[in-house]
Amino acid sequence: MSAQKDRWVSSFSFLLFCVSSIPTRGSARLLQELSPQEYFGSLQAGRASLAYFSHNVSPGAQPFLEQIENSAEALQDYGISVVKVICPKEDVSRYCGKENALRKAYLFRGNMLIREFPTDALFDVNSIVANVFALLFNEVKYVETLADLQNIENALKGRSNMVFAYVPAIGTAEHRAVMEAAFVYGTVHQFVLTTEATLLKDTGYPDVSSARLLFCHCQRATDLAQPCRRTAMGQALTMLNIHKHLKLMGAPLVTEVAEDPEKVSTVHLQLGLPLVFILSQKETYEADRRTAEFVAWQLLGKAGVALLSRYALRCFGVFGVPIKYLVLEDTDEVITLVEDKSKVEQIQEDEEEEEEEEEDEDEKENNNQVSRDKKRELPLEQILVLTEETFHSALLETARMVVLFYASWEAVSLAVLRSYTEVADHLKGTRGVLLSRVNCWDWPGVCTEENVTQFPTIKIYEKGERSVMYNGMWGTEELTSFIMLSRVPCPLKLATIDEAEGYLRGEFPSELSSYHHTSLLGVFSTATSEAFLLARSGGQSVEGITLSKQNTQDMVQMIRYELLDIFPEITVQNLPRYLQLRKPFLIVFSDGDIGQIESKEMLKLTKGRPQQEFVACWLNLKKTPVGRGVLKAYFATMPSLPVLIWVNFHAGGQVFKFPSEQSITELNILSWLEKLKAGLEVPSSKCTRVCNVPKHTLLALVCL
Amino acid sequence: RSPSAAAPLSAPPRLSRARGTAAAFLYHDYCVIGAGPSGLQAAYFLQRAGRDYVIFERSHAPGSFFALYPRHRKLISINKRYTGKSNSEFNLRHDWNSLLSHDRRLLFRRYSRDFFPDADAMVRYLEDFASLLKLRVQYNTAIVHVMLEKDRQAWNGHYFLLTDQDRQNYKCSSLLVATGTWVPNVVNFPGSEYVEGYETVSINPEDFAGQTVLILGRGNSAFETAENILGVTNFIHMVSRSRVRLSWATHYVGDLRAINNGLLDTYQLKSLDGLLEGDLEDLAIVKDKKGKLHITLRFYLENRNTSGGIDSITLPQDELDNFATRAPYDRVIRCLGWKFDFSIYNRSLRMMPGKGNKKKYPQIKPSYESRGTRGLFVLGTASHSVDFRKSAGGFIHGFRYTTRAVHRLLENRHHGVPWPSTVYPITQLTNSIIKRVNEASGLYQMFSVLADIILLRENATAFEYLEEYPVGVLAELEMQTGRKAPSGLFVIIMEYGRNFSGADKDVFYYNRAVGEAQHAWQSNFLHPVIYFYKHLPTEREMRLQHPDWPLPRPDAVHHIVEDFLTDWTAPNAHILPLRRFLENCLSTDLRNFFAESCFLFAFTHQKLPPFCRQGYMRLQGLVGSEGLRRHAVEAGLLEDYTLTDFLGDRTPDNHKGSQDRLLRDHMIPVRPLQHLVNAKDEL
Repeated sequence: MSAQKDRWVSSFSFLLFCVSSIPTRGSARLLQELSPQEYFGSLQAGRASLAYFSHNVSPGAQPFLEQIENSAEALQDYGISVVKVICPKEDVSRYCGKENALRKAYLFRGNMLIREFPTDALFDVNSIVANVFALLFNEVKYVETLADLQNIENALKGRSNMVFAYVPAIGTAEHRAVMEAAFVYGTVHQFVLTTEATLLKDTGYPDVSSARLLFCHCQRATDLAQPCRRTAMGQALTMLNIHKHLKLMGAPLVTEVAEDPEKVSTVHLQLGLPLVFILSQKETYEADRRTAEFVAWQLLGKAGVALLSRYALRCFGVFGVPIKYLVLEDTDEVITLVEDKSKVEQIQEDEEEEEEEEEDEDEKENNNQVSRDKKRELPLEQILVLTEETFHSALLETARMVVLFYASWEAVSLAVLRSYTEVADHLKGTRGVLLSRVNCWDWPGVCTEENVTQFPTIKIYEKGERSVMYNGMWGTEELTSFIMLSRVPCPLKLATIDEAEGYLRGEFPSELSSYHHTSLLGVFSTATSEAFLLARSGGQSVEGITLSKQNTQDMVQMIRYELLDIFPEITVQNLPRYLQLRKPFLIVFSDGDIGQIESKEMLKLTKGRPQQEFVACWLNLKKTPVGRGVLKAYFATMPSLPVLIWVNFHAGGQVFKFPSEQSITELNILSWLEKLKAGLEVPSSKCTRVCNVPKHTLLALVCL
Repeated sequence: RSPSAAAPLSAPPRLSRARGTAAAFLYHDYCVIGAGPSGLQAAYFLQRAGRDYVIFERSHAPGSFFALYPRHRKLISINKRYTGKSNSEFNLRHDWNSLLSHDRRLLFRRYSRDFFPDADAMVRYLEDFASLLKLRVQYNTAIVHVMLEKDRQAWNGHYFLLTDQDRQNYKCSSLLVATGTWVPNVVNFPGSEYVEGYETVSINPEDFAGQTVLILGRGNSAFETAENILGVTNFIHMVSRSRVRLSWATHYVGDLRAINNGLLDTYQLKSLDGLLEGDLEDLAIVKDKKGKLHITLRFYLENRNTSGGIDSITLPQDELDNFATRAPYDRVIRCLGWKFDFSIYNRSLRMMPGKGNKKKYPQIKPSYESRGTRGLFVLGTASHSVDFRKSAGGFIHGFRYTTRAVHRLLENRHHGVPWPSTVYPITQLTNSIIKRVNEASGLYQMFSVLADIILLRENATAFEYLEEYPVGVLAELEMQTGRKAPSGLFVIIMEYGRNFSGADKDVFYYNRAVGEAQHAWQSNFLHPVIYFYKHLPTEREMRLQHPDWPLPRPDAVHHIVEDFLTDWTAPNAHILPLRRFLENCLSTDLRNFFAESCFLFAFTHQKLPPFCRQGYMRLQGLVGSEGLRRHAVEAGLLEDYTLTDFLGDRTPDNHKGSQDRLLRDHMIPVRPLQHLVNAKDEL
């Protein structure tokens, strides 16, 4: 009873010990000095004590005495008192009388002698503690052969786990650590100890130079023929490490999380280890769970694994917590990431900085550009500089004045100004168009007057009267053609059939002939009340559109719709047009021009179905290299090209890859799409749904 | 309606009207008393808004105060004609004399070439301001009495009845008091009859040749007077209750300005002139037979026997033979400043003097409305109690903005015209703040008093920008402006460092300026501060705020680091930290992206950053050109996906680009160096 209580107390103190590391050494001497009478009178039943008998301090025992003294504190924590008994000179009793008895230490439990140690076995604190523990508690089984080990293992299977430790020698710090751990965890796990190097080799660990600890998961083991699954401890055998390791082994293999990952706290995070979140969805839960368990086994002792239910998850904005997102393409990736020790360390230590760096990389997105451009003067001579004084008069001087309103300190403005100089280059010598700029930082009055609320803004003024605001892409080509088209009156009135035909061929008006554009021709006949619009693209095809009675807005909407191709090449410029249809994309990523066969098959797919529920399109990776970035994000490694992909932007953002072993034909695609609809295909990837909150530390935020 | 306008104080409405018709009231919506700078400024805004108003001016011309004062004719408000910038708004930061108008002829730099212009130039300027803008000023009309007439129909529950010197009556719905502070402060003590006032003292230095002068007061008028006669007097002593406050130490333009402080030099260099502290109330002046003036204490006079004559009066030096002002003076001049004329207001208006050192000003709310009477607003110098010894509200370069603010409050209250505002998409948030903190003159001059307010629209996709709102009535924002603040707001304000300015502070200590963005909150010189509130602060919060702070505790606050050039456009030190602060407050990404990045996001992310959503996705993306793209790739802004194409053709150029990039990737750990380089770039 009393021993039990002691045990409880000491395990409690052990925990304290682990948590707070070594307590500061008290000034009071822990080594008691008692007379034999006092000592034997004070012995309590069940309480262990280590005694050393001495007449006087004999010089030879001096180092030993020091070690005993040092171990007093360590043993005290476990409720074992260490006593130096001062024998009176005339005493010739059992312990004091014999000369050689004075060279020994005695371990008592109550007043029963358990063992006497020759002082040379107790060469330091570690050996003293290890030996005392080994004798007082029989939790640790010592084995010498593999057979012994297997016997113990088999006996434990299905019942409890085993901690198998190899120490090269008894009485070392490692030995002590194992013994102390056994003292605490002995009732939970079976501890097995060996000093046999061959035994360790036999269990599959050839390096026997250092101590090793294996955790054998025998409790889960069902197969008696197979050895228990083992998890080796990677760190040096110290009490703290063993404690950590056993804690980790005791933690659930996979933690299921349905809340904000920021709020999750597992043993791993508490111990400063990474926690891998695996995002899961209801539909794929079983598979995800298996994956998570697989990863967890691989990472056992190095990192935790949590299964994050995505369906229960809101957006998680992350401030300060260093979280690294990976697309889980390959479980090996996660494992290597965590296992690569240097990397792990870097993530832990440099994460903050790394994020910062990452941020700064993105940051350069327009911000650093400013400083760069400061050095590199833009060739702005082509562009007229307008001021508050010259603005109005300049507008009157030319038929068409293009004005860029910008702020010289603003990043986007400077980027656009760059394109603008290129436009000016293109349009050099074009009559009737003048390019100019107003720096709103210098002339805020003009900008306010002209209703410029955003930087940059481009307006085209016609004879100082009408002005049109440019609302297209900020690109050189787009701007150039907009300016060119603006030279032609809109709408253009055509008087003759010849003119109309010329117009449709792109030859009339002549100033536009060199600019690729789409023309719209409204045919208004007095005979029929119905009006028709004819659209033409590239001069090759002319289509008729029936125009029913609609308001202007609907008409614009309809024309826009008609302008969309049925099997377009997706570019950076036109993607938003097709995204506006709010339909999934069936997209062929092609290295260069799309192959004739694929093109034909895809066209067949779309032609017959005018009200398609998806957008069939393709992407030329040569022309739109960022497509590679898309593929990388989807698949981690580049798939073989061409690749056909189904992306549902609007519902869940799931991505499906058309099986590469099948050829891209109408039939194959259709049956694949059927399978997709039926939910038979597993998505290859998902759009990440992370809020685009840049992760960074707050700067200059004062706590008030 | 003012609930405390007790009925017995004013006559019943009917009676009042009967009397009114008899007395032939002239009615105006707005009556402005005083055609000084603030009165004209108010009239300008009323005129532009097409309101029915009139200014009453007792003199025959505007700015009568400036016709007389300062006596020595040198204005101490700076007239900076060159700033190296053409931004007219920015230039107003250094033009302390112009009033606000759309007419560019009415800039003070066209009226004087002097940095400290002559007061006559101000008089001419004000005359032109009134005439060129055709402001309706009724000259030679001195309002001698103001009273209230209760009327339920009136805008504020009562009309203001004004009577001029000819007993002509006027009736107004709203009264704007722009009379300034023109009643000289006088101290009464035994012998104060020997004291000459600043108003009348000779300004000819010859009149002081070989004289010993005592000046009462320690303000700019006292030093200005001393400066004028410094070279010809035997010596000048200056006495006042408080110690001298130097404006460069307090950052308050009303304190002693460097241009006037010659006497400080001669005092500290022991050139006979001197400064003394003492309570003027305890003072007494005795004139001896030779006409010399002796300083003594009131205490001694009260204890003497009245019959004794001059010789029986104890002088301090009789008891303390090294008494500082034992030398007799030839003249004593009073330069104690001015106070508001409270005399014309009927008691029912409850125009009360302020407390303590603000007793020269009437009590008003931070909205410039009288505490006693609804509908009565105090403008100009008289409104300085709001920011006395803090900001510039008592001076032209400050009250021209507060007058505009009052006008905007009136427009909303009486005419349902909400406070002017502009709605921007959220992508323009950083830009609009940077633009304002760099050019806005109202924020700069009226630091810690006027603030720009950004009202966030729901989901933080857009915001509404209100300029120069009086921050003291932030809690009443929705009621005062007619704008709604449903989802949080930013307040942009300018501040000096909290413990930097002050009468006894050393403002030249080493490392007084902060250079790094992360120490921005320790900035000492005027710098922009952005407060973020998730909800509009309540009246209670406003009341409980720290007295030294312009605003109650925000949910987050950001200081833009002070800048030597007051140019807050540095990408790394100013814009980036600001943007991150805003992002953190709004939990959104405010970065700018090239179209290509948006393209990538569109494929890989469900939620795009606002810049992509509001730009690229609406076909207004930043596509740029091949040149720009290459530039961006080289700068590391864009990933060069063409490089992964190992099979494709690669130009030597591209190859070089990839090497550069590799190099840069290796260089990343050397961050502090990069910072240095960046910092150099800024210079």
